[in-house]
Amino acid sequence: MNVDVKTTDTQAVSAGLRRVRPALRIGPVSLVLRPAMVAIVLALAALTFVLFCVDIAVGDTHIPIGRVLDVLSGGGSRSQRYIVLDSRLPRALTAVVVGAALGLAGAITQSILHNPLASPDMLGITTGASLGAVSVLVATGGATTGFAATLGAPLAALLGGLLTAAVIYTLALGRTATGEFGATGLRLVLIGIGVNALLMAGINWVLTLGTWQDAARAQLWLTGSLNGADRDQFVPAAAALAIVALVAVGSARTLAALRLGTETTRSLGVRIQSQQAILIGASVVAASVATAAAGPIAFVALAGPQIARRLLRTPGEPLIGSALIGAILVVGADAAARTLFPMDLPVGIVTAGFGGPFLLYLLVRMNRKATLS
Amino acid sequence: MRRRRLTGLVLLFALLFLAAVASIALGSRSLAPSTVYDAVRDGLTCQGGPFSCPAQTAEDQIVRSLRLPRTALAVLTGIALGVTGALIQGYTRNPLADTSLLGLNSGAAFLAALSMYLFGFTMAEQYIWFAFAGALLTGLAVFGFSSIGGGKASPLSLVLAGAALTAFLQAMTNAIVLLDPAALDTYRFWVVGAVAGRDAQVFWQVLPFLALGSVLAVVAAPGLNLLTLGDEVARGLGVHVGRSRALGLTAVVLLCGGATAAVGPIAFLGLIVPHAARMFTGPDFRWLIPYSGLLGALLLLVADVAGRLVARPGELQAGVMLAVVGAPFFIALVRRRKLVNL
Repeated sequence: MNVDVKTTDTQAVSAGLRRVRPALRIGPVSLVLRPAMVAIVLALAALTFVLFCVDIAVGDTHIPIGRVLDVLSGGGSRSQRYIVLDSRLPRALTAVVVGAALGLAGAITQSILHNPLASPDMLGITTGASLGAVSVLVATGGATTGFAATLGAPLAALLGGLLTAAVIYTLALGRTATGEFGATGLRLVLIGIGVNALLMAGINWVLTLGTWQDAARAQLWLTGSLNGADRDQFVPAAAALAIVALVAVGSARTLAALRLGTETTRSLGVRIQSQQAILIGASVVAASVATAAAGPIAFVALAGPQIARRLLRTPGEPLIGSALIGAILVVGADAAARTLFPMDLPVGIVTAGFGGPFLLYLLVRMNRKATLS
Repeated sequence: MRRRRLTGLVLLFALLFLAAVASIALGSRSLAPSTVYDAVRDGLTCQGGPFSCPAQTAEDQIVRSLRLPRTALAVLTGIALGVTGALIQGYTRNPLADTSLLGLNSGAAFLAALSMYLFGFTMAEQYIWFAFAGALLTGLAVFGFSSIGGGKASPLSLVLAGAALTAFLQAMTNAIVLLDPAALDTYRFWVVGAVAGRDAQVFWQVLPFLALGSVLAVVAAPGLNLLTLGDEVARGLGVHVGRSRALGLTAVVLLCGGATAAVGPIAFLGLIVPHAARMFTGPDFRWLIPYSGLLGALLLLVADVAGRLVARPGELQAGVMLAVVGAPFFIALVRRRKLVNL
């Protein structure tokens, strides 16, 4: 009898082994090859590039896409080169970088906290960044050039985001249900919501302090806008994104393990607390830098990873896929914001417009599963 | 027990009276108690109501046209928000429930901003109805979305649905006020949540709604006591569950909508007050509701006076003060797992 069981077990195992996907191994690195997934990621990258070109093409002076490609590869007339390279390229690049950073930040926090609603905008991190920037905008009272405008607000945003995250994380530390010391995902989300409400009150208060022009400028920024995005926004954001992406991709294995729950992760030899802290830190930097560059663009960090997960059919939120979807959302929304409406809208309004319904869909889905913690 | 609760009520009234006197006397220009007494007495015996009485001196003027309406409004909306908090926490059986966390405030803010943009409203008595409607619609939406699928609105899904809808409505509100600087200028002073700078007329406008809402809350209290035992038990004891819920939701919307329209979105008051009240009354809603009302008024008055004193010569709005006090309280609640799992 026993023997029988063993044989069937072995059979099952070998059958299972035969179904295992082909793997790519280079030294310590091993990747499972999933052709469909690779194809989708490539398609997403291509779509990002197309939308990027469209975003450059549309505007007051329409430039055909073929011409845009021509200019990007070194050709084109003088005026076209000016419009494309000096005025629209930095904006489109900022859109791509900001979108990718938000998507990445969302993917990391959602993976770690096991909750699709746990994105930096829900947790109050972008609100903290906003409070920092808005304080500078109102305090400097109309400075559009100089230190306050180019460095002050972005720096304050970065500090605000980091500080908020540190506070939320510290507050969420404590005994977990299993009796060990740590920060549980649910507690982080709820404390984040509380901190978010506090910071929101702070922003509302700061807005009453200045003149209405200050308030209007701060409000435009608070909506998430790429108007006037140039190299000053793009370069630091791109540099930060590159670093964060390296950290994130390097920790992809940890992220996958964390998805299986704390017990399993620990048995796989992962030092949970430090890894979690590093990853959350990376995500906070990405979200804060993106917010510093373009203001809090609503819902991209929340929706990007969820769309990517459904598209790529992965168990968790995929990093590269989420970054690509984030970029697509922001670039696409920017192009739409400047063409579909009678006036130039800030990109944040468009992302909020589609993000809201998507969020409600997520909520209903989560209720169906009824597993929130 | 009953005796202790009654003593507590009397004590609360006394404290509230003291806070009201402080609210009239203190500010960027502090007044002597005798001046306050004279001004209020003359105002109350005056023809045409206490807020519109002709003033003889500058002190009279300050008391009657600024401090008295402001104090009255704080007491009225404080009662409303405190009672709302108790009702919401009771009906949702959720210790984290609060009008702002459930998105009612942002709904009110959205429609208020929309009306400022569409119709150019600048006065509270104009946009008040839109704030009302916003609170109602958002309340229905949050309960609706958090109960689709699972069949019941669990505490967590309610808070998350509220946070989600808040984020959406906030973005839409930002969009509206961005289109119109004039709307932004009105909106930014309303949205902080303050009892200062509101016209005395606002007081009379919301009074009937808040009074009706309070009466409904008191009527709902015995049924709510039974509902907290669970729907099945309540039904077995002869409670019409649906009717009782509808009664409660009506009271919540009247109270929250009226108060929010009058003084702007005030977060955390409705969250803190019922927890504090429960320490004195226990879970009986027949006592919890009046206690919450009085405590709410007391807290809002104290927040308003404190905001005037800490930031002289300017002031911190009551809504900001309450957020500063309320957020740590909420976090402490979350950290005590026992309460979250109620």
